[in-house]
Amino acid sequence: MEKFDVLIAGGGVTGAAIAWQLARLDLKVALLEKEEDISEGTTKANSGIVHAGYDAMPGTLKARLNVRGNEMIHEMADVLNFDFNNTGSLVICFDEEHRPALEELYQRGLSNHVPGLRIVEKEELHEMEPELSDQAVCALYAPTAGVVDPFTLAISMAENAADNGVEFFFNTPVETIEKTETGWLVNGEFETKLFVNAAGLEADDLHNMVCEEKIHIRPRRGEYFLFDKDAGKMASHVLFQQPTAAGKGVLITPTAHGNLMIGPTADFTETKEDINTTAEGLAQVREKASMTIDHLPFNQVITSFAGLRAVPEGGDFIIGENADGFIDAAGIESPGLTSAPAIGEMVAEIIISKLHPGPNENYKPERRGFVNVNDLSREEWKVLIEQDPAYGQMVCRCEKVTEGSIKDACSRSIPARSLDGVKRRVRAGMGRCQSGFCSPRTMEIISETLNIPFDEVTKSTKGSKIITGRNKEDIQ
Amino acid sequence: MENHKQLVIIGGGPAGLAAAAAAKKAGLDDILILERDSQLGGILNQCIHNGFGLHTFKEELTGPEYASRFIDQVNELEIPYRLNSMVLDVDKDKNVTYVSSEDGLQTINADAIVLAMGCRERPRGALSIPGTRPAGIYSAGTAQKLTNIDGEMPGREVVILGSGDIGLIMARRMTLEGAKVHVVAELMPYSGGLKRNIVQCLDDYDIPLKLSHTVTNIKGRERVESVTIAEVDENRKPIPGTEIEYPCDTLLLSCGLIPENELSKEADVEISRITNGPVVNESLETNVPGIFACGNVLHVHDLVDFVSQEAAKAGEVAARYVLEGIPESEHEIDIKTGGLVRYTVPFKVDPNRMDENTIVRFRVGNVLKGGFVNVYVDGERKIHKKRMIMAPGEMEDIVLRKEWITPETKEILVETEAA
Repeated sequence: MEKFDVLIAGGGVTGAAIAWQLARLDLKVALLEKEEDISEGTTKANSGIVHAGYDAMPGTLKARLNVRGNEMIHEMADVLNFDFNNTGSLVICFDEEHRPALEELYQRGLSNHVPGLRIVEKEELHEMEPELSDQAVCALYAPTAGVVDPFTLAISMAENAADNGVEFFFNTPVETIEKTETGWLVNGEFETKLFVNAAGLEADDLHNMVCEEKIHIRPRRGEYFLFDKDAGKMASHVLFQQPTAAGKGVLITPTAHGNLMIGPTADFTETKEDINTTAEGLAQVREKASMTIDHLPFNQVITSFAGLRAVPEGGDFIIGENADGFIDAAGIESPGLTSAPAIGEMVAEIIISKLHPGPNENYKPERRGFVNVNDLSREEWKVLIEQDPAYGQMVCRCEKVTEGSIKDACSRSIPARSLDGVKRRVRAGMGRCQSGFCSPRTMEIISETLNIPFDEVTKSTKGSKIITGRNKEDIQ
Repeated sequence: MENHKQLVIIGGGPAGLAAAAAAKKAGLDDILILERDSQLGGILNQCIHNGFGLHTFKEELTGPEYASRFIDQVNELEIPYRLNSMVLDVDKDKNVTYVSSEDGLQTINADAIVLAMGCRERPRGALSIPGTRPAGIYSAGTAQKLTNIDGEMPGREVVILGSGDIGLIMARRMTLEGAKVHVVAELMPYSGGLKRNIVQCLDDYDIPLKLSHTVTNIKGRERVESVTIAEVDENRKPIPGTEIEYPCDTLLLSCGLIPENELSKEADVEISRITNGPVVNESLETNVPGIFACGNVLHVHDLVDFVSQEAAKAGEVAARYVLEGIPESEHEIDIKTGGLVRYTVPFKVDPNRMDENTIVRFRVGNVLKGGFVNVYVDGERKIHKKRMIMAPGEMEDIVLRKEWITPETKEILVETEAA
């Protein structure tokens, strides 16, 4: 029987942030994740926006944690070495009639203590964003907003936690939670004093297994298009459409790596598995985004995808101790990605108040980033190749990812074990050919580095093997 | 490594190899081929089917055999090449920067460059096919690599979208290796591949080809579980009620090839919106003097024989450019297109620089039966040739004669005429 002080359920950005915060305490902590990697659920398919924090109603958890999370991400980026770009955001008003509502949003931002907000008028707005439609009349500018790579945000926090002693159990869904004298017994094999529920879309299932007052999480799908980096320069800020009676609109944004992305839709789905895109949803994104920029180069779309938000019934995040020793971090929908580090901090405070741990004396805050040769000077790259020739061997030609980076991704405390795992860490296969050329070689490197047979290498989950057998094996 | 070369050829596939051999034979000594893969030959190495070389060698070779004929020539001619060497950057001053484990980062200044980078396949994402994103969706070329090079099956029950040649070839290959190919769906009302491939790869194996059909849904969480195809109307929109769901574990995509011109763009080479390749003149020279292009990076070919032929021309002119200099173009005449002709390569000719005969290759935008190809020079018809059938999947060519064209010529027109 394994005994822990804290057990976290869920390896999305929320669970990763909680683990990252707890790693600095003298506690025995483990994280259970049902899939084989970090960021396999909502974290892998969202807008990647670091919101400024004017949107949520003053006094809500969302408002407080968004502003705090934003502040933390600015500080963390250089310590954990994930990709963050402080682009600023614009909420664009397309009709003078809607200006009062924009002013209201500005006021709400002030109440939420969002720094640097101001309304920009048409001329300045078009100077800031030359491709913008002529219909745009003014916008709310938030200089602290930005874009983050959601995968490496979550992975870097998890990796830092693992490097500092947090244990990770993958392919381990939480199936049973039983009350014990000292805390909880999970799956009959993990004993813990405190249980943290960061199970994303399934957080209500876990909560309802234990708590009197039931919660309900509804999956709401968002569909997106991602464009080639050639189109990345069409927007330099996160461009929101001002919400109106007609709807919330869609956003256009550069990504943390310089692609252009548009989306999302917002449709409730029947099941928590409906991560499929739909013809209707994609058509809707296309149409709505064209209001912001009317000449989007749809011939440069490199992929479309969908993700599910975990929408809580009450509207606000559900964070707190809702049964004795059972702490929820549930209903983390937008601005959940931005808020995650602050949620980690808040949950850690609850845990400190319960267990009164001392600090982890050996805690190391720094986490080494992956090498992206595009960010190196020629001289730096030369030196690196001399040290390790694998950094001169190109594997992914579209994103310029070397064998060295892929091997590194497969050799960390939380290693990439699949094509998607590699893709999310170092971007091999993320480019314009969408892994057409590099996937067989990447599979070889995964196979060699992790000692997995080539034909066992997966796309992202246990059942997603790329290879189905040897040639002619099925011929009688 | 020395930092200057007379000629750098980017790409060691069929185009790069033929260009190198021709340049050497034309008297140029100081040549370097840069190849990103671990061997020369390019995509031919995974094309283990036969049918290559009928025009060039008058015999039927497999892809690797065809490649080896040119690799042997390159070796006999002692033309240097670097493998595992990825070109990162080319500028208009003809500085070529590449990276490899062995050489590190190198920048070479070249007197001339031949662009021979080939093309890539259009991925699923570019097609915006709705559905989930499980394992089991591959471009036909990726599946070909796994099957033919690694000996591993990428699937058992297969649906193919797109009737490009690689898709057709893979329909047969997968069948021969023990998979069941249920259907090939093609969005257009005609195939994108060669007629001979439809006969030899689909008909011979009773694999149905459904024209005017597309994929409307993909199901499966971890691995593909089914693919739905539906008929499309004349606007290529799916017709409700025509959907058929095929239980399967694999979807192969063969939906077009895109010339890989990211490097060309960095060197300020003008790219055609129709071919997605460089705009070249009769010398296969781009708008940047001394940078030439050939093979699939210039425009996507059906037959490697024509790639070799075109590349030899590029290599030869590049050699002449370095050794003698070719006169700056004074009077380039655009080749206009009419009827169903979508583009021509070359896009323009300079009568002072033309050979006696210039091959002009082109594709049509739709199927035309029993029509004609016409060439007009200043309104005078020079060519009027009947073609049994012209189709988008089959490249056409005509020969433009120097004697028809003078520095005073204003217009050259290549057109199709309905029967």
